[in-house]
Amino acid sequence: MLDGRAQISRPWSPRLILSGAWLAFLVAAALLAPWIAPKDPLAQDLFLGRLPPFWVTGAEPGYYLGTDSLGRDVLSRILHGARLALTVALIAGSLTCIIGATLGLLAGFLRGWVDIAISRMIDIWMAFPPVLFSILLIAVLGPGLTSIIIAIVVIDWTRFARVIRAEAMAQGAMDYVASAQVAGRTRLSTMVTEILPNVLPTIVVLLTLEMGISIIVEAILSFVNLSISTDDPTWGGMIAEGRTSVHQAWWVLVFPLVTLFFTVLSFSQLGEGLKDRYDPVLR
Amino acid sequence: MQLLRTFLLRLATTAVTLFGVAVIVFFVIRVVPGNPIAMMLPPGATEADVAQLTALYGLDKSIPQQFLIWGAGVLQGDFGASITSRQPVLDLVLGRLPATLELSVMALVIAVALGGFMALTGTRLRGSKTEAAIDVGNGVALSVPDFLWGLVLILLFGVLVPVFHISGRVTPSLELPFSTNFYLFESVLRLRFDLWADIVGHMFMPALALAIPLAAIIGQLLKQSLKETMNLDYVTLARTKGYGENHVILSEALPNAILPTLTLVGVQFTFLIGGTVIIERLFSYEGLGNMAIDAVINRDLPLIQGIVILFAVIFTAVNLAVDLCYAALNPRLRHA
Repeated sequence: MLDGRAQISRPWSPRLILSGAWLAFLVAAALLAPWIAPKDPLAQDLFLGRLPPFWVTGAEPGYYLGTDSLGRDVLSRILHGARLALTVALIAGSLTCIIGATLGLLAGFLRGWVDIAISRMIDIWMAFPPVLFSILLIAVLGPGLTSIIIAIVVIDWTRFARVIRAEAMAQGAMDYVASAQVAGRTRLSTMVTEILPNVLPTIVVLLTLEMGISIIVEAILSFVNLSISTDDPTWGGMIAEGRTSVHQAWWVLVFPLVTLFFTVLSFSQLGEGLKDRYDPVLR
Repeated sequence: MQLLRTFLLRLATTAVTLFGVAVIVFFVIRVVPGNPIAMMLPPGATEADVAQLTALYGLDKSIPQQFLIWGAGVLQGDFGASITSRQPVLDLVLGRLPATLELSVMALVIAVALGGFMALTGTRLRGSKTEAAIDVGNGVALSVPDFLWGLVLILLFGVLVPVFHISGRVTPSLELPFSTNFYLFESVLRLRFDLWADIVGHMFMPALALAIPLAAIIGQLLKQSLKETMNLDYVTLARTKGYGENHVILSEALPNAILPTLTLVGVQFTFLIGGTVIIERLFSYEGLGNMAIDAVINRDLPLIQGIVILFAVIFTAVNLAVDLCYAALNPRLRHA
């Protein structure tokens, strides 16, 4: 076991570099999708249905990763799908983080009835199967990007609230908090200026994890066919289509799946890597 | 005495939690757009037909009134009737429960076996390249959720090397002599190992997909506690007595290192059960989760309520059992 200091002095761990590189590549691809995608992601051509990727015999030039059953270009759809996936990750992840962390801080630091109310809510939330809960919410809210984001925030705030509550409780018992109180700070100001900076590393780690989770939730919802719409390119929608035709056209499933796999893995490894780098106590 | 008080207190909070779940699911699904009654009637039904059926299912009353009627029924074991199939919700749900329970328990067994094996191997070979490889493998297994593992498994063992079935619970053409819905369990009892093999062939991949993330968590935590325990004096003493490394790990360190892992497995088991919803969908496995998604799509309100409540009961029961086991196993907590 390395001690904390040795860990900090190490410049960048391989997993930080690899996951960071993949995510940077993905962000670039998402931003540039309209210019670098070789085809229109929505263009159908039934004569070009289920074309294999370029190295398999029977491939058509220009369709590098093949086409789905409607003749839509798989590569272009993955690139455009990255835009949606990253939008969901960024917006849903941040909102969940802000709401969950705030509730966790309030519960853990203020204690009393605030804590009782929030903890009871967490208990109730934990008794729901999350996937079923999200599907229900989408049925209520109707499909669409906003609904997905709302569903993720409504379901996942407990991930932040639980952990941050425990951290805030531990920090709240420390001497420096007591001295801030003695110095005449209000409870709220102590929470923001003393507790928050100390739980921030945990919040950042949870946020990166939540971004990966958001992408998975979006994929699951498009898989169950409740996400955006069947035409718009989403990784989950592509995977759902690929699952049904996996014996005829494996590439329709494999390429979006590999992209999703590495993206989720990268978000998680980025979080773990940051945890090791900036907060050795956490390990 | 203390244990009994803890138990009663936990039972009371559990009741509050279940009530909260019931209230939330009841009100949330009633704002779902889409009229379930209109969906079940054939095209050409008149307004009067719709109104009559709506009244039959009690959907014309105010939502709080509906909740009271439903709640009174639930307390007497009546969860209402499914709108799509017109059968009692309780029968439908209990009919599917065995499939989901068998899947969850099989996944748990795989996770414990796999995770335990990883932890023990990693501890035995600590400091070696094998341990580093196990750590990396655990890290990847932990980062990727069950849904993606399911898809990866479908590609690997359903398509590339088709050794397992990728959909269903049992081959439909087989004659099933079972009198319960615990197919896996009953096939063993009836010594029908041909059926057992077919059922396992269907269940193995969804169970493995559910098990992989949990196995990684078990592997990590158990290895960590084992390595900490291995440095304690009593373990060194056992070594100086001349016991071999395997004996020291299995008989001396393991019993003391296992407690934190046991608690964690309990909590994580509820997450695993929650994961069955999408995994059953992915593998077209006829369990509760798959039925739940269909119920949402069909706007079958009584069925959705019943399934969500059942899941909540299972989750809280597992948590309660874990807390009690922990209190019983940990002498420090017993007198706290």
